[in-house]
Amino acid sequence: MKFAVVVFPGSNCDHDAYHAARHVLGQEAAFVWHKDTSLLGADVVILPGGFAHGDYLRTGAIARFSPIMQEVRRFAEAGGPVLGICNGFQVLLEAGLLPGAMLRNRSVRFQCEHVFVKVEHTDTPFTSGCLPGRVLRIPIAHGEGNYYAEPEVIDGLEKNRQVIFRYATAAGAVTPDANPNGSVNNIAGLCSDARNVVGLMPHPERACELAVGSVDGLVLLESVVASISQGALATAR
Amino acid sequence: MTIADDVLQQHGLTREEYQRVLEMLGREPTMTELGIFSVMWSEHCSYKSSRVHLKTLPTTGKRVLQGPGENAGAVDIGDGLAAVFKIESHNHPSFIEPYQGAATGVGGIIRDIFTMGARPIALLNSLRFGPLEEPLVRRTFAGVVAGIAGYGNSIGIPTVGGEIGFDESYIGNPLVNVFCLGIARADEIIKGVASGAGNAVYYVGAKTGRDGIHGATMASAEFDETSAEKRPAVQVGDPFMEKLLLEACLEVMKTDALIGIQDMGAAGLTCSTCEMGARGGAGVEIDVSLVPQRETGMTPYEIMLSESQERMLLVVKQGREGEVERIFEKWDLHAVRIGQVTPDRRMRVKNQGAVVAEIPTASLTDEAPLYRRPMAEPAYLAEAQQLSLASLGAPPPASEVFRRLLASPGIASKRWVYRQYDHMVRTNTLVFPGMGAGVVRVKGTHRALALSVDGNGRFVYLDPFAGAQLAVAEAARNVACAGGQPIGATNCLNFGNPERPEIMWQFARTVEGIGAACRALDIPITGGNVSLYNETDGKAILPTPVLGVVGLIEDAASVARRAFRSEGDAIVLLGETRDELGGSEYLKVIHGLVRGAPPRLDLEHEAALQRLLVKGVADGLVRSAHDCAEGGLAVTLAECCFDTGLGADADIPAVVEAGLTPFHDVTALFSESASRVVVSIDAGRTAELQALAAESAVPATMVGRVGGNRIRVAVAGRGVLDEPLGEAERFWSDAIGNYFESQRAIA
Repeated sequence: MKFAVVVFPGSNCDHDAYHAARHVLGQEAAFVWHKDTSLLGADVVILPGGFAHGDYLRTGAIARFSPIMQEVRRFAEAGGPVLGICNGFQVLLEAGLLPGAMLRNRSVRFQCEHVFVKVEHTDTPFTSGCLPGRVLRIPIAHGEGNYYAEPEVIDGLEKNRQVIFRYATAAGAVTPDANPNGSVNNIAGLCSDARNVVGLMPHPERACELAVGSVDGLVLLESVVASISQGALATAR
Repeated sequence: MTIADDVLQQHGLTREEYQRVLEMLGREPTMTELGIFSVMWSEHCSYKSSRVHLKTLPTTGKRVLQGPGENAGAVDIGDGLAAVFKIESHNHPSFIEPYQGAATGVGGIIRDIFTMGARPIALLNSLRFGPLEEPLVRRTFAGVVAGIAGYGNSIGIPTVGGEIGFDESYIGNPLVNVFCLGIARADEIIKGVASGAGNAVYYVGAKTGRDGIHGATMASAEFDETSAEKRPAVQVGDPFMEKLLLEACLEVMKTDALIGIQDMGAAGLTCSTCEMGARGGAGVEIDVSLVPQRETGMTPYEIMLSESQERMLLVVKQGREGEVERIFEKWDLHAVRIGQVTPDRRMRVKNQGAVVAEIPTASLTDEAPLYRRPMAEPAYLAEAQQLSLASLGAPPPASEVFRRLLASPGIASKRWVYRQYDHMVRTNTLVFPGMGAGVVRVKGTHRALALSVDGNGRFVYLDPFAGAQLAVAEAARNVACAGGQPIGATNCLNFGNPERPEIMWQFARTVEGIGAACRALDIPITGGNVSLYNETDGKAILPTPVLGVVGLIEDAASVARRAFRSEGDAIVLLGETRDELGGSEYLKVIHGLVRGAPPRLDLEHEAALQRLLVKGVADGLVRSAHDCAEGGLAVTLAECCFDTGLGADADIPAVVEAGLTPFHDVTALFSESASRVVVSIDAGRTAELQALAAESAVPATMVGRVGGNRIRVAVAGRGVLDEPLGEAERFWSDAIGNYFESQRAIA
């Protein structure tokens, strides 16, 4: 199974996503430069964290125009699994592959810390290995992760069961205190209508080895590997 | 033309120095040349006051691959790899413009590391501020932290540790010292040399603007009430540009097409050009009209002295230019050929073909002025070393002292700060900030590196020689607590005006102390930085050497942190507490005093303690380890409990030499004697530790058990502290944030 990790100028979690896929999971992985136009036949696409194009203008706003994004869109529309992590999530929002936008954190500061997120739905390629309601301990590291969308958009997301991850307490209670950044409805991650595109602010690739603090993020990558090998996904390439 | 005194003064040159310029050139300098001499002969670039002293430091060892003199030092860490590291100050700019000053400090040290062919994997910082009660200090503090975060986070290098101290002397002179470490293949280290006549000299990175002109000269002068007017001399950072430069340069370095590379830091194009030439025994000729410029109408003088950030100078092998240009092109960077290497050991600057400066490179580097400045023991010293506890009256109750110390910003949790730093990116961080030395694993090997930056200005103020030794010992001890064998160090020496004999005396004694401690502990100094003139209105900072020590952990799976691990574990004090409240946090916080003699240090004993720690952690015997520093044993025990939910029940030895005075308990609880570490071990293995300690001649005292939800401390069997853990932890964890959150509430 092959993971493509897209590298924008300013991506800085690209090596971490590659390391998790290649060295922790033992899968094939390749970097894809943002000016390229091929995903190299990958089965899964990761848009990694960082500050693509310096996050100038708005986070993710310039990255959506990178040549590779046309191919990512085509891959997603064909049902291929796409995971946007942190800045990758922001790029997915700007590219219109997921709805909504990011505001600055309620604290108005960058925050790097472990948080708890509750897995709301397991019918996405990245959560199929979880039991519903499972709580994952995963780090966040962002200054603009305060998810916002118009109330009717939020209603639609909730109705369609597209809110996949919510900030919660260790016991899984979704409370205002468990919300690190002020996101509407404690939203930490979403999936697309077709459920194959998933974006989240926390960093699962940083939580794949006990040595660095947690292994709870590994389930996202294991899920997609299982989903693909079980043929549960349309072949996008 | 005779250059007037005020022109020389603006250039920070003395009449004698100017006379030397005349002799070296054999003629009057042009204005561009005067500017070049001014920055290269500034204290910041030339180390003219410090160099004679720095030469005495031990800089060699079997692991040293690169000592001082290059962009950074390097030590062998096995597996064919090198750790490349250095610490550098950005004090003056950070006072004038905290966010940009600190941000560009981070940017500068990162460039020094990747310039050597190393991928940067960790940042640390050592900061000093005035008391947070001062609104100006809060502004500076918040700005510096945000600047460090803004730059480090964007570029994707984790900030894995550091330290912060507070004292009135830093109100107008905050210290921002940034440490960076990178990993390179030991046989692929690249140097800042220009050689091979005819090889092309390339400029790459951000365009040159008028920012930072004379930054190096500014950093070589004292501040007064007009300093805020120097704001245009502070540079503005662009971490995105630096990220592109970092990736592109590392890619170019893989090609073997480079002769040498150097970043344009202090003194910009001037410094990189003449230093690369001098190191390579060659000359460099450039034409400033080819330099990409951000502003119109810039003069050669301005272009040569600009300190615009994120710029590099490269010397490329003849015939390989296209290859190099293509890589930069990929990263949307424009590499511009601005000159070539010449055989004549001269720095020649042209403007559209016309020579505007021509100077022998040696006159700007090796032959720059060197001063053996007069030294005199400061008048304050003998008096300040006297400490009479009896004159202080009765100390407050132990419980009150304990709480006030936990909430004092120097001791309190720095979570408010490091939460703003991405400390996990690159997924190597094994020990997070606040848990002891920062520890990063080295991917592709089984090893890890423990990193610590330390320095105690109060101790150095009270006895520079002893204080400097204590700084080396503390940084090395912190690394050893994590399980790291100290293998190299870098230092950042922050002092006042060296033209004052008492400051120069502090400096010289400090360097002697660092040298003595490094020799005894077998830790070579591979580079560093000196920051002088840290004075405002004639008042100097506490003399503050900061030591950054790198420790090698052979097995990344065996690492110790500060926090206790399990209920029932035995708590052991390694080392002995003595009657040593001199220079302590206790005296400062409770009595407002910086007095007495700093703690004594036996370097042989220190070395034995560190060996014991490294072995104990590697064997899995030592389950947690925490250095006893500010706040003494009571605060150390509390810190071992914090973040764990585990309390402690301890009975610590009385300090016999303190006698049965009112300070009997205070001394046992809060004395800051050196060479002490609190460890926790499996209760079934105490005999094993005792045996190991006896073998190393390190005193080991069983002081208690981990467990419960209180911090209980008795002195020689008599209970003196019994605090609920949660409450004590709140004093400690909320103290710094409270200075800012309450402000925001008012606003």
